[in-house]
Amino acid sequence: MTISATPSAKPDATSRAVNLTSEPALRPESPAPSVLFATLMKDLRLEWRSKDAINSMLFFALLVVVVFSFSFDPTGDDARRIAGGLIWVAFLFAAVVALGQTWAREIRNQVLDAYRVSTAPANDLFLAKALGNFLFVSVLEVVMTPLFVVFYNLRVIGPAYLLPVIGLLGTWALVVNGTFFAAISLRTRSREVMLPLILFPISIPALLGMVEATKIILTGESSAKFWIVLLAVYDLVFTTICLTLFETVLDAE
Amino acid sequence: MTSTVVASPQAARAVPAVVLTGLTKQFGRFAALRNVSAEFAAGRLYVILGENGAGKSTMLRAIAGLLRPTSGRVSVFGLAYGGSDSGRGILGQLGYMAHPSLLYDEMSAMENLIYSARLYGIDDEARCAAAITLVGLDPALNRPVGQYSQGMRQRTSLARALLHDPRLLLLDEPFSNVDVTSARGMVQLLSNMRDAGKTIFVVTHQARLLAQAADEFVWIHSGNIASRVTTLDLEMVQ
Amino acid sequence: MKTPVLIAIVVVVALLAFGLYQALVVAPTDQLQGDVYRIIYYHVPSAWTAFLLFFVNFCASIWYLFRRDSISDAIAVTTAEIGVVFCTIVLITGPIWARPVWGIWWTWDARLTSTLLMWLIYISYLILRRFSTGGQTPLLAAALAVFGFADVPFVYLSIRYFRTQHPQPVIGGGGKLDPGMLHIMLYNWLAFVALAALLCWFRYQLERKQKDVEETIALESLLEGSPR
Repeated sequence: MTISATPSAKPDATSRAVNLTSEPALRPESPAPSVLFATLMKDLRLEWRSKDAINSMLFFALLVVVVFSFSFDPTGDDARRIAGGLIWVAFLFAAVVALGQTWAREIRNQVLDAYRVSTAPANDLFLAKALGNFLFVSVLEVVMTPLFVVFYNLRVIGPAYLLPVIGLLGTWALVVNGTFFAAISLRTRSREVMLPLILFPISIPALLGMVEATKIILTGESSAKFWIVLLAVYDLVFTTICLTLFETVLDAE
Repeated sequence: MTSTVVASPQAARAVPAVVLTGLTKQFGRFAALRNVSAEFAAGRLYVILGENGAGKSTMLRAIAGLLRPTSGRVSVFGLAYGGSDSGRGILGQLGYMAHPSLLYDEMSAMENLIYSARLYGIDDEARCAAAITLVGLDPALNRPVGQYSQGMRQRTSLARALLHDPRLLLLDEPFSNVDVTSARGMVQLLSNMRDAGKTIFVVTHQARLLAQAADEFVWIHSGNIASRVTTLDLEMVQ
Repeated sequence: MKTPVLIAIVVVVALLAFGLYQALVVAPTDQLQGDVYRIIYYHVPSAWTAFLLFFVNFCASIWYLFRRDSISDAIAVTTAEIGVVFCTIVLITGPIWARPVWGIWWTWDARLTSTLLMWLIYISYLILRRFSTGGQTPLLAAALAVFGFADVPFVYLSIRYFRTQHPQPVIGGGGKLDPGMLHIMLYNWLAFVALAALLCWFRYQLERKQKDVEETIALESLLEGSPR
């Protein structure tokens, strides 16, 4: 049964039962997309619509690379040694700006309340946000890396195939904690400062890993295995902690 | 403290919709709810009234599970929140709507509802369209909700709240900034839903709209229930 | 002040004084560094004490996440603050030692660097507590504390490995301690733990009293509006 209710409807003398209780369309071949997927798609779609966010982030990333090139002399043998550190610091700056925006849309209109009141699991929301950030930051890194290679005349002496691995592990380390701490900082004053303030100290071991591993691969000096394993374990441990505690933090009011 | 509650055949039905036991909520020094104990039978339309700051919204949020009570318990259809249990079992049966629209300003009404439906595991565009139509809006309207008038946003918010067919609806100021004709349409809608067996709580300053439709008027004063009556003293409301 | 507290203060002062005597007079002079090395008896026990306090903070935070009681929260904030104090001692004694011996203020020595990172993590914890709005400070802080302490093994591992790749002057010598020195070290550690316990006691009392006042005010406000 359907009700037609036009804006100018007068109260209906014969009250008809409202029936939304028809079963949701059952399509055995395609069950409802998981909350994680739906949330991720929604975020990507919204980011795509307001392209100014992506564009300004990309330009910011470019600026960071240029500023670094002026500050840390790219010529000479040293370049390869310090490039590992520089590139990750540049990524870190860009990542922090992106992470600060994680929950920006959800704060307006208290959308998080809608999420909490629904049956959707909190961790689906967290992972969707973390993955969205991961994709976003990865895009920035993919843009910044060639610029570094150009400005610093980088060549890779060690096993180059390990670089994407380090990139993945390192980016996830920053993003998973960053997404969580961005949620914590929602409930603080000076939100923009709180996120990096809490994130940096805890991320230092991972940063050390990323920087050292990158430097080792670029210079081909030794084996980056220790650092890669460290990053992987770091990712595992902190992802677990984030997933365990996120619902608690989400419900903090 | 007077309370006039007329027992109806419905009230004799088994499980009460909401039971509050010693519900207290304090924000630092401020006690928003003081030791509230009450039972609300299912299948009725309750209007929650009271002056600003009396605790109406706080009570609604406590029932919705959005607040941890400082002490006391809330149970909905026999399942309890409170303590360390967040009672996720209740959530599928709840619909909540408040003054912040709980919508994404950047998406259209349909997009908001489709996403909201997915949060409940529902994948049914027709149903979303039906909900939007029910509140008197056009599902084909492609403008972002941020550009809607306040009244249209309220109505979209209501559509979102009832999309998953909840047994219990918690509405905080659903009629604010809605024009009278549309408001009357919403009242009729709520009335129909109550007749179909849903339990509805409406916090509002515009109680006159519900003078006929409501089953019970619950007056909140200073964090507690001052009285529960079945007829509205029109002198006391706008 | 109550008698047991006075006695405790006297005991702690006595322990510290004895430890100082041991460190300055009894301990043999180091072959290489001379008398400057004696600062080790403050430098190392402070680090161990800080770590112990942060471990207690971790346990209290986990307890809070389960029980949400104000006692575990009070313990958490107390141990974090006193832990930061002891970390600061390590960070000050380190350069004081390094400067005369190696001519540099700072060295990326494993202990010193790890302590610096711990100091940063727990300062960020304290800042979060201060800046958090609403009544959920204990909860958010407890969550951060779990992250912070879980980071500790990574801090130590990463810095130790980094050092093997980039050898640095090591404060305190890399080798084993002369047995004559070890027991003085332990002795001072005992004194420091006693001092930490005393400081924690005072801080904890302060925290509890503040909470009691808040709770009383809240209760009064609650009762004020009781039904006539």
